[in-house]
Amino acid sequence: MKRTFLSRALEYLIELIIKLCGISAVIFIFAIFYFVFREGASFMFGKFKPLEFFTSPEWYPTSQSHVRYGALALILGTLSVTGLAMAIAVPFGIGAAIFISEFCSSRVKETLKILIELLAAIPSVVWGFIGLTVMNSLIIRIFDVPIGLTILNGGLILAMMSVPIIVSIGEDALKAVPDAYREAAEAMGATRWQIITRILLPAAKNGLLAAVLLGVGRAVGETMAVLMATGHSIRIPSSIFDPVRTLTATIAAELGETAVHSEHYQVLFIIGILLFVITFVINLTADFIVKGIREKK
Amino acid sequence: MGHKIFFCMFVFLAVSCLHKVDVENSVDKPARVIQCAGSDTIVNVSQAWAEKYREIEKNISVEVSGGGSGTGIAGLMNGTLDIANSSRKITHEEFEKIVKERGKEPVEHIVGYDALAVFVNKNNPIEEISLEELAEIYGENGTIERWSQLGINMPVPDRDKIIVTSRQSNSGTYFYFREVVVGKKRDFRLGTIDLHGSKEVVELVGRTINAIGYTGMGYARDEVKMLRISKKRGEKSIAASIDSVLDHSYPIARPLFIYTCGEPPDYVQKFIDWIYAEEAQDLLMKSGFVPVKLGKITNVVKDKIEKR
Repeated sequence: MKRTFLSRALEYLIELIIKLCGISAVIFIFAIFYFVFREGASFMFGKFKPLEFFTSPEWYPTSQSHVRYGALALILGTLSVTGLAMAIAVPFGIGAAIFISEFCSSRVKETLKILIELLAAIPSVVWGFIGLTVMNSLIIRIFDVPIGLTILNGGLILAMMSVPIIVSIGEDALKAVPDAYREAAEAMGATRWQIITRILLPAAKNGLLAAVLLGVGRAVGETMAVLMATGHSIRIPSSIFDPVRTLTATIAAELGETAVHSEHYQVLFIIGILLFVITFVINLTADFIVKGIREKK
Repeated sequence: MGHKIFFCMFVFLAVSCLHKVDVENSVDKPARVIQCAGSDTIVNVSQAWAEKYREIEKNISVEVSGGGSGTGIAGLMNGTLDIANSSRKITHEEFEKIVKERGKEPVEHIVGYDALAVFVNKNNPIEEISLEELAEIYGENGTIERWSQLGINMPVPDRDKIIVTSRQSNSGTYFYFREVVVGKKRDFRLGTIDLHGSKEVVELVGRTINAIGYTGMGYARDEVKMLRISKKRGEKSIAASIDSVLDHSYPIARPLFIYTCGEPPDYVQKFIDWIYAEEAQDLLMKSGFVPVKLGKITNVVKDKIEKR
């Protein structure tokens, strides 16, 4: 078939579009970076009191008498929910990854992988709804506490949301360990437990760490599910049965009603910057670790 | 072959654009527009009215926006609005300014009441509470944290702590409760559970024996109990009901006003009359407010200000 002018032009056009798609990620990241900082900047370098922001739990953005923007309780809320989520998700996620890559038959493996991917595809608002209704009444009944919208609830929900990420990346990392290692260990008479703890885990260490960090990133940034499951209460948590409020939930609940460019609006953007920095650092660390694995090979 | 598909897509896009333009042109432009803005408390009801009224009067379009009561009255002052929604009474200054600017006196209509009920679980033995006590439960540095401080023995052990539920700070109810109960210059205490909607408040209180919450009277359900409210401890407490709201004895209710500038033109008056019809008052009730059962109450505001 002879190439016409039109088909060549189309070819060029499509190549251009694909190239743009590639570059767009970079453009978007910088655009988001720029706009978030721009919205928060004038307050951040003006009347913003960083000491109050990081050390006071008093979040009174709409007070008539004394407006205070202390985000300590919100930061601790995010940390506690994420921390609990990781304490649950890491053992389960890594365990599942080891099982999938080392122990199960290939048919079970395929089924499990499909199911875990399905788990990752559940929208966060559905998780939030499960937290608000199912988990809430379960926690009240099992632990005999007055309120089920707690750190525990949010942590469990977030754990279930980040397990799929940890499993699929962790499994990749384990799969990347050369079979020669396993064969050598078996030839030396090592048991399966010894192979896992002494050979596989150290060899796949970086990949597993990256998996965990990406799971943390997912948990820190999650909004809808924690907004619905944690009770939305500004306080410094003292147990896992306390309701808390997270940074992301604060933005989601308050941004819609603030006057554009008001102080309150800008402080919410400063919270956005804080979240951005946290997830950016986590993802960057994960990236460097993954890169470390590749270079070693 | 590929470019044929592209060509088809292009034709399809072009046709669909033309089609859209056609549709837009064919819609009848309403003959008259009623501009309506103000209180964010009323804005949802107002929008529901506007939608319903479009079905009744095809060639009148009611346009509603929020912005707060002050915004609405300011719009009346500079003549951009036909109707100002307000959840507070017009001030004397605003009244005089409208007379000066527009040469007409603003006319006040009470279209409903926003009555807040204080809810507890139905198994909680408490029956009444005073505004002072509520302020100590809800206010910053408040002194009441346990039911026993109110003289209440909980029927279930280990449930003495009061679980204080509030609303998220973007709700009008939150601001109104803060103003009349907590105090104009005082803030809510930290650690309240801030719920997103009125239904969530009632649901949580219905499930939690030691919780307390507030929201519109219209949201009452079987699992919760509305407390009788007194102004001070020991004074007579008033149960929340349509009657006690209408005779102004219930302390945490406020009338919802709409203001027009002078007697409005016929098509606006017709809309206002319709607001008092059963259909519109039902919509008001569905949004959690108390309807005006006594029929139309229209006052020239000046009388009331002079009486004060």
